[in-house]
Amino acid sequence: MMTELTDYSAFKLADLVKTKQVSAREILQAHLQYIEKADGRPGSLDGIPSADDDKKIHAFITHTEAIALRQAKQVDEKIAKGEDAGLLAGVPFTVKDIFCVKDTPSTAASRILANFTAPYTATPVARLAAAGGLMLGKVNLDEFTYGSSSESSAFQPSPRNPWDLSKVPGGSSGGSAAAVAAHEGALSLGTDTAGSIRQPAAFCGVVGMKPTYGRVSRYGLIAFGSSLDCPGPLARTVKDAALMLQVIAGADKADATAAMKDVPDYLKDIEKDIAGMRIGLSPDYFRITFPDPESGEYVEQELPTEIQDAVYRTAEVYKALGATIVEDVPMPNTRYGIPVYFVISRVEAASNLHRFDGVKYGYRTPEQVKDLTEMYRRSRGEGFGLQPKLRILMGMYVSAAQYAEQYYQRALKVRSLIRNDFEIVFDPGGLYKLDALLTPTTPTTAFGMAAVYGDSVMMQYADQLTVPANHAGVPGISIPAGFSDDGLPVGVQLLGADFSEAKLLRIARAFEMATETDEWRTKKPIVLEGE
Amino acid sequence: MNNKDNLIPREVFDHLVDLAAFSLEEQEKSYLHEQMNNQLNSIRELEAIPLPDDLPVTTHGVDYGQDGTPPLRKDEWVACQNTADILAQAPCVEDDYIVVPDIPTTELE
Repeated sequence: MMTELTDYSAFKLADLVKTKQVSAREILQAHLQYIEKADGRPGSLDGIPSADDDKKIHAFITHTEAIALRQAKQVDEKIAKGEDAGLLAGVPFTVKDIFCVKDTPSTAASRILANFTAPYTATPVARLAAAGGLMLGKVNLDEFTYGSSSESSAFQPSPRNPWDLSKVPGGSSGGSAAAVAAHEGALSLGTDTAGSIRQPAAFCGVVGMKPTYGRVSRYGLIAFGSSLDCPGPLARTVKDAALMLQVIAGADKADATAAMKDVPDYLKDIEKDIAGMRIGLSPDYFRITFPDPESGEYVEQELPTEIQDAVYRTAEVYKALGATIVEDVPMPNTRYGIPVYFVISRVEAASNLHRFDGVKYGYRTPEQVKDLTEMYRRSRGEGFGLQPKLRILMGMYVSAAQYAEQYYQRALKVRSLIRNDFEIVFDPGGLYKLDALLTPTTPTTAFGMAAVYGDSVMMQYADQLTVPANHAGVPGISIPAGFSDDGLPVGVQLLGADFSEAKLLRIARAFEMATETDEWRTKKPIVLEGE
Repeated sequence: MNNKDNLIPREVFDHLVDLAAFSLEEQEKSYLHEQMNNQLNSIRELEAIPLPDDLPVTTHGVDYGQDGTPPLRKDEWVACQNTADILAQAPCVEDDYIVVPDIPTTELE
């Protein structure tokens, strides 16, 4: 029974607790024992690489066993008294270490915050705890979320992909996706600025949802791109993602960008049929355009056949369920998503990262310095890794007075074109009237450790199919849709109109139900084989 | 256009490093300068896009509407409840003041 508990969905675990078939403490102990066996050493500053690193997952930076034990005790006491223990009663979850959690190290996977203990808790984390969730720990990520492989973390070893430990889990929410895929907690709280929930979810064969911008509060999230960042759920099933979103979504007086929109019941209609819905396919999502690493010339490349096939198979399933598949939907500005992102996200990152100065909190150089200016330079030079430095410098360059019109203002206008693409296809009175756009989530399956890291341009292009939704603010969900020939998960993405999360979850769940007896659904990550 | 083109002159790069308050090793500078040039090469794709004169900028993707937009908080002073926790995070504190090295000054003529 103890090992089986780690295999259950969040939905099932909460039900077992509420019906007194198992206690929150038993669930927690099962997860703690399993994590100790499966995860390997947590990421640490100056973690020296070892040959054994490729044998474990290394999802965590910080374990929070004491907090989880306290939370489990509270849940069990409420159940014993017959009180409502919450939607997530006894459900273990992890938190991407980009969220502040009171009295825990909140590092952003950076040396500059390695010694920072948060004096307050982020709203989404507080809501998960209030709903009866058990926080297992803080999981690894790219430094300040800057990357798509989790390799840029200052806390090494960085996470591995549970399906193939020589591959990256994606990023920046790589620790979240790896933990969920490896059954180290049923849920994880991630963030998505260019695809950082959906891309690792696709690489690790789990469900990841980027809600509409403003659907989930950003209070307590260490900011990267303030107009793009979206906290959201990673889970093994669509229903679990819905359950988690139900808990974390909603207005927050501490965040002026959290929308004051009612939160619908995401579970009420999640298993209703989707007959009559209109699901679009766009040729603009079946190719990527990127600068050739050698020549710098732009090249256009069709996506690998196995990625395309996964999308077409998914469309066939939807067609069989009574949906109308609308082909040749134009999304002509998709290809500009990354160049626009290179500008906007860097400007916002630079603005957000100037606050780290060695004065108020975080790292201060231990060297003797002659004055404040030298202290700033040394603290920031030693505290930030290469990727934050690169973003700060680039953001300063493209927003400098003499270049702002040429780059920043222009990028903001092209962002309008990208937004307009979505408005046209989701317009209920328009030509396409789509309920969702079905696309590949990623241009490739998970790539090898160290295969791309260091090339900041090619790494960014891993997000080409996810970043348009961040520019537009619309919601998106990545769901598992099969495997490549070499046994790696392939994800497909559903994008929808503003605040259409309930509809997207319903469409995603329809695919999950229609394929639940498929052979590929029986495959397990390599780390679970023999469990 | 070749991505090895030196789109950002080295003196501009060095000025940015100074403004960003980074002390960097030469190897870091080389990597960062090269990557900035590569990224700028990607960004320059935007220059070829024809944009209507009246196209507005988008700073946030989603329009919440009047009812969905939270009102700004009142500009009121609110006492911080956990000053000790916050001060405890500062690298150097004395008598509840954050201590920093000497602040450079310039004599005004």
